[in-house]
Amino acid sequence: MDVANFLIQLLNSLQYGLLLFMLAAGLTLIFGIMGVVNLAHGSFYMLGAYMAWFLTAQLDSLVLAIVLGTVLAVALGWVLEWALFRHFYHRDHLDQVLLTFGLIYIFEEVRSILWGDDVHAVQVPEMVNWSIPLTENLSYPVYRLVISAVCIALALGLYGLISKTRLGMKIRAGAFNREMTESLGINIRLIHGVVFALGVALAAIAGMIASPIASVYPGMGSSVLIMCFVVVVIGGIGSVRGAFVAALLVGLVDTFGKVLLPQIAGMAVYMLMAVVLLYRPEGLFKQ
Amino acid sequence: MSAPKAQLEKLPRSMQFMLLLGALALAAFPFIPLTGGDFYLQMLSQMMILAIFAMSLDLLQGVTGMVSLGHAAYFGLAGYALAFLTPADMPISLWWALPVSALGAGLAALVIGFFVVRTHGIYFIMVTMAFAQMVFFLFFDNKALGGSDGVYVNFKPDATLFGWAGIDLENKTTFYYLTLLLLVGVYAFLRRLLFSPFGRVLAGIRVNEHRMRAVGYGTFGYKLAAFTLAGTLAGVAGFLWAAQTGYVNPELMGFHMSAHAIMMIILGGMGNFAGAIVGAFAFEYVMHFFKDLPYVGDFHLGKHWQLWMGLFIVAVVLVAPRGLLGLGERLLARKGDVK
Repeated sequence: MDVANFLIQLLNSLQYGLLLFMLAAGLTLIFGIMGVVNLAHGSFYMLGAYMAWFLTAQLDSLVLAIVLGTVLAVALGWVLEWALFRHFYHRDHLDQVLLTFGLIYIFEEVRSILWGDDVHAVQVPEMVNWSIPLTENLSYPVYRLVISAVCIALALGLYGLISKTRLGMKIRAGAFNREMTESLGINIRLIHGVVFALGVALAAIAGMIASPIASVYPGMGSSVLIMCFVVVVIGGIGSVRGAFVAALLVGLVDTFGKVLLPQIAGMAVYMLMAVVLLYRPEGLFKQ
Repeated sequence: MSAPKAQLEKLPRSMQFMLLLGALALAAFPFIPLTGGDFYLQMLSQMMILAIFAMSLDLLQGVTGMVSLGHAAYFGLAGYALAFLTPADMPISLWWALPVSALGAGLAALVIGFFVVRTHGIYFIMVTMAFAQMVFFLFFDNKALGGSDGVYVNFKPDATLFGWAGIDLENKTTFYYLTLLLLVGVYAFLRRLLFSPFGRVLAGIRVNEHRMRAVGYGTFGYKLAAFTLAGTLAGVAGFLWAAQTGYVNPELMGFHMSAHAIMMIILGGMGNFAGAIVGAFAFEYVMHFFKDLPYVGDFHLGKHWQLWMGLFIVAVVLVAPRGLLGLGERLLARKGDVK
């Protein structure tokens, strides 16, 4: 593997890892703060991608589609939290698993009724639809760099939100001790709604920005969900920092596994998880 | 987040009686003349196979309190074992293919269990699911293992015993009775196990693992043993499934299959194995019911069965989290039948 090839794979792994982080961050936040395991998280990614496809066709602009799609995703997250999830914070994990499994079926079928079961492609916006030449026959598409940049910006924003703002302080307080926070006069239900909507929005945004490079197809949510689980298990449930490190690690192992050991590429990430489980059963960054 | 609660470990008399009636009805079913009899025979056989599968998971979920979201991996592995053990030109003997397939699934459960039983609660759910997906992709991605299309089982296993060829599994009625026999056998075995010292330790782990450890039990070994045994029994079910349908594909090990098994147990009631059987029948019935829904105008209700199934699952979790047996118990209690 020469330098240019290595650089391309490195950038690919970074982009994949950052995308995974967007999903895993929401999953781990929702678990860490509300104690809910959400199997339907992958569905939000799938719905995001379909919204990007549908809205781009209507509005003729991916950027506008992403803005509108984000608003819709926040609304969906807010309604779901209000109608269903808030009644499950104190239930068994088993009930949460079943509830969210039922939701997967519902989302898949609603998608099928609204938009059919076909595979779709989303056009890369004209402005970033070009490649940076690396050698005479290797080049790197700019749109992938845009994805990475957007993810990094959102990750920094998330970090700022949680550790620097007043709302972030309340979120952290709520994760630390719910009753105490409530007795201090903080509206914890509002906080929960905000966090849930934020998680849904992050997953949907990941689906929307990824839609031009990964085709939009039914069932795209479930494969990404499993990867998110692996990331969250490696990083430690509830830890956003852990999710970040683990997502990049998973991106690296997955991308380079496919290049170096294609026969077992599908298993490489799980082996990484198995090793982490042996030495750190609660993840690298257990809170 | 308390541990999942088992109910009705000791079944009330009235419920035992109902179960006995159910078993007798199943035994008598092939004698009832019906149009499309073979179709119903096969459907009931599949329900019984899934009931065995659900019971094997109940040992983890209901008895030990370990919610595995990857139990289908062992179900599918045994099915694949049968598919690969069967030669291209002749059937394989049931008497060694079944144990080998089931133990193969058990071995996989032992290896994966070695990693997963270290974890608890939510981690356990996620990790079992992740490892099951690993197995899924191993078969899905490799053409040598059948790939996404799966593998055909060329012949049904041959049940010739010491030269006596009285049992012919190609016969659907015979196969039906073999399945029923195994269903009753697995149920009786698991009920015994539940009240054995081993089963009591598992129940103790569900209620309070720390206390069990403090009392001096090596809970890791017990949990691993339970995980392995559950995998082996899931293998028995998977073997039967492959033999009955003559075909295995990666979907058998998929995430949906695992989640369905959890749903069956919830629907019936956890921790007593009878609920798992009732739940498996009820779940499959509901699924067939939704899939057979008619057209309303241009809209085919049956095609969108997943929507109804999803709504049904959400409704069950909201309304009857203790399952059908739990509902039954409440109704019986009202009559003063049980305390």
